[in-house]
Amino acid sequence: MTAKQHIALTVNGRRVEAEVEPRLLLADFLRGTLGLTGTHVGCEHGVCGACTILLDGVSARSCLTLAVQADGSSVETVESLGSPEMLSDLQLVFREHHALQCGFCTPGMLMTATDLLRTQPLATDEEIRDGLSGNLCRCTGYENIVRALRAAAARRETTTP
Amino acid sequence: MSEAATRPKHVGSAVRRVEDPRLLAGQGSYVADLFPADALHVAFRRSEHGHARIRGVDAAAAAALPGVIAVVTAAELDGLVRPVRATSRMANYQATATRPLAAGKVRYVGEPVVAVLAESRYIAEDGAELVEIDYDPLPDIADPEAAAQPDAPVLNPETSSNILVDRSFSRGEPEAAMAAAPHRVGGRFRFHRKAPIAMEPRACLATIERGRGALTLHSATQIPGIIRDALADALDLPGHALRVVAPDVGGGFGGKASLYAEEMVVAALARRHGRAIGWVADRMEDILSTSHGFDEIVDAELGFDADGRLLALRADILGDIGAASIYPWTAALEPVQVASFLPGPYRLASYRGHVRAVATSKAPTGPYRGVGRPISTFVMERLVDMAAHRLGLDPVELRRRNLIKAEEFPYKIGSGIIWDRSGFQECLESACATIDYAALRREQEVARAAGRWIGIGVASYAELTGIGSRISAAPGMPINTGTETADISIDSTGAVTAKFGVASHGQGLETTLTQIVADELGARLADIRIVQGDSAAVPHGTGTYASRSAVLAGGAATLSARVVRQKLVAAAAHLLEASEADIEVEEGRVRVAGTDRELTFREVARAVYSEMGRFPRDTRPDLSASETYDPYFGTTASATHIAMVEIDPGTFSVRVLRHVVAEDCGRLINPMIVDGQVHGGVAQGIGAALLEEVIYDERGQIVTANLVDYLVPTAAEIPSLEVAHVESELPATIGGYRGMGEGGTIGAPAAIANAVSDALAPLGIEIAELPVTPERLFRLIQAARTQI
Ligand code: FES
Ligand code: FES
Repeated sequence: MTAKQHIALTVNGRRVEAEVEPRLLLADFLRGTLGLTGTHVGCEHGVCGACTILLDGVSARSCLTLAVQADGSSVETVESLGSPEMLSDLQLVFREHHALQCGFCTPGMLMTATDLLRTQPLATDEEIRDGLSGNLCRCTGYENIVRALRAAAARRETTTP
Repeated sequence: MSEAATRPKHVGSAVRRVEDPRLLAGQGSYVADLFPADALHVAFRRSEHGHARIRGVDAAAAAALPGVIAVVTAAELDGLVRPVRATSRMANYQATATRPLAAGKVRYVGEPVVAVLAESRYIAEDGAELVEIDYDPLPDIADPEAAAQPDAPVLNPETSSNILVDRSFSRGEPEAAMAAAPHRVGGRFRFHRKAPIAMEPRACLATIERGRGALTLHSATQIPGIIRDALADALDLPGHALRVVAPDVGGGFGGKASLYAEEMVVAALARRHGRAIGWVADRMEDILSTSHGFDEIVDAELGFDADGRLLALRADILGDIGAASIYPWTAALEPVQVASFLPGPYRLASYRGHVRAVATSKAPTGPYRGVGRPISTFVMERLVDMAAHRLGLDPVELRRRNLIKAEEFPYKIGSGIIWDRSGFQECLESACATIDYAALRREQEVARAAGRWIGIGVASYAELTGIGSRISAAPGMPINTGTETADISIDSTGAVTAKFGVASHGQGLETTLTQIVADELGARLADIRIVQGDSAAVPHGTGTYASRSAVLAGGAATLSARVVRQKLVAAAAHLLEASEADIEVEEGRVRVAGTDRELTFREVARAVYSEMGRFPRDTRPDLSASETYDPYFGTTASATHIAMVEIDPGTFSVRVLRHVVAEDCGRLINPMIVDGQVHGGVAQGIGAALLEEVIYDERGQIVTANLVDYLVPTAAEIPSLEVAHVESELPATIGGYRGMGEGGTIGAPAAIANAVSDALAPLGIEIAELPVTPERLFRLIQAARTQI
């Protein structure tokens, strides 16, 4: 086995240090080593988007990223958004619009949506659908996810000065 | 009956889901989230051959790898776990076994041959790669038509041929009526194989309670009760020492509704090693080994008269069911349903259907959303459109003339299925009104004049849902799927727990069942906890499949809640010194009507259970009930879909511009959830129509074992979806519910196939093969152009 490497990073605002095998996927590091099982693994080949996290603020696939590549970075996962008792605005808007069924794609959708809402105008449904097209959902037919994002984008307009 | 039944408070409203907070916060518990730190991991070495004899296994290198605990072959599992056979009462059926690991030969690429047990998943996978298996290739059995020939090599040694099922249906005078029909249309229709692709790959984890040797299997399954019963036999364990739990499950769509070899291996090894052992599929092995769906060739012909009256239907169906008969549904499930449902929602006196299920060296097929009916609907709705075209009639008008009318129910169709009153005509009219069909046709005229390839497609269908004990959910299957039990109790703190044998995997059953229990009991939503997906919850339950859970579990919930409410009323009447008739129950309180004398559930419960002397010894009540519901016949759900598509003349890709569904699912428990189910079903139907296809080559090698080659629709391919609800007349089920979880997938492929055909009508093209990929469309258009 290759020697373990030391990594130090910030996960959801918390400083984390660990010795990891070079081949360990970031998704497995988050889920297995840190117990942050909210990040899901749906394909392990970069297509489904279930494993989406924010790496230094930008959405990334934790199944295509090695834990050692995140050394020195800041990682945000779904657990950073809100708790069951205190959901974030984005989580609430998903609930209001019934934008999840089985919930397996949801953490990845939420992280992608977080990135989109920060960086994209999302002025039309087409833009929203394009933005979401890297995240697969097999349950919702996307309709209610699009509606949720439409509402979130509109709310963003009214709250930002 | 009870006042709650006439004045529902929660049933019928868009109650927010109970499941959501935990799932949104990343606090769900899917199987892969539950592994204890010291759990061992299994990885499988799977067959790379479609059909081969196993000459030998060399496990030395794998076993020598540090961290590998054991390398296990079929022989080592003999005596630990027995094979399971999917039996049937159907004549002309040949059963095959589900074995934990391949013994002697392999029958499809992806069949598990060797299990490697190791300290981590990484090491287990390393070990699996080091296993050397020596094979002797056997003749290819990949083509279903060749495999059905009498002299074809036989895939399963325990069968005499590859034809596992052979069945015919006949009603009326099919031959004479067809011969006498003034007009006939027909053709060969092909619906290609699909993979369910739940976003959560399959997974299971067995833990052992060492003190009493009890085993708990957490599995990403839709059928914990059936798995429990099957494994109890296979492992020879009593039910109280074997519990199967489906925790949060990331979608199923039928793919998680069968017993799998991996569950047998994981359970047997956990027992042998006395510790937690689990397996999580990666996407590739999930596509290789999770049951596929919908793989049929249908030769069909429809006879009709000059007024468009349908007279006779005949069909020959060849179902490619893959390597074996899946447990418990059997190989009959998918293809026989095609034959059973082919006559559809139409008045049609004569029908002859012949169906064969043939084994080939591909992954076994099993239930996939819609089961058989996406194909039967595709074929029948294509034939109806071809008939309309022949007569120069509008396809909506032809359907209007032939759909069974309100006064004709109950109506027995050619295969023997009986439709109870459902809004066949109403759904057609509602879909047309919702989309403004006349305006859509005008829009199409304009677009056509401008040279655009735009088409409109209509599809109507009916399905049987909430099936009770009269017939099994799969034809000929000897397992009772017709009952569900609800065990409801108010405990000594006044909290309500309702336990069920169903297993939600995205449908939101915790929410809908809470709504029903709250209404029937007079409880607050927040006071109720639903326990489901756990074989230990009730003595018998099978799970969630076949659009049954709202009808069966909802009915059982109603029955049990009514008994508990009656007990609560009796206890409260005693405590409040009032007559039972004067007691009202609402919002978790019992009150003497018209007074302020009231007690909370908690106060009643404490008096009933915990306080001395509140009740005479011989009348001390309990506040619980366990009732079972059997809807016996089940009930008919129906819908009409209308789709509008545009074909890009440059890329030959099809874009769905509009898609409307008008459906009759009886009383809506939660309209928000119903709409969500329709949306998801339609998206899968659009995928089935345009994108999705599991492809094996002639050697039985799969060429689409990842999500780059197997295309699941993304948000960019799905249009905005519109849903209208028709409540024709409530069915006789308790609560008036009909099942609706699968319908979207049943109607959408047919509507899109009709729309694409309509778009290409000027070229005379009829779509007979799905998915209609750009490549297929290109070939069809080229061929049509060279003919012109
Ligand atoms: S698991 Fe990372 S993209 Fe699918
Ligand atoms: S909610 Fe199930 S995959 Fe999206």
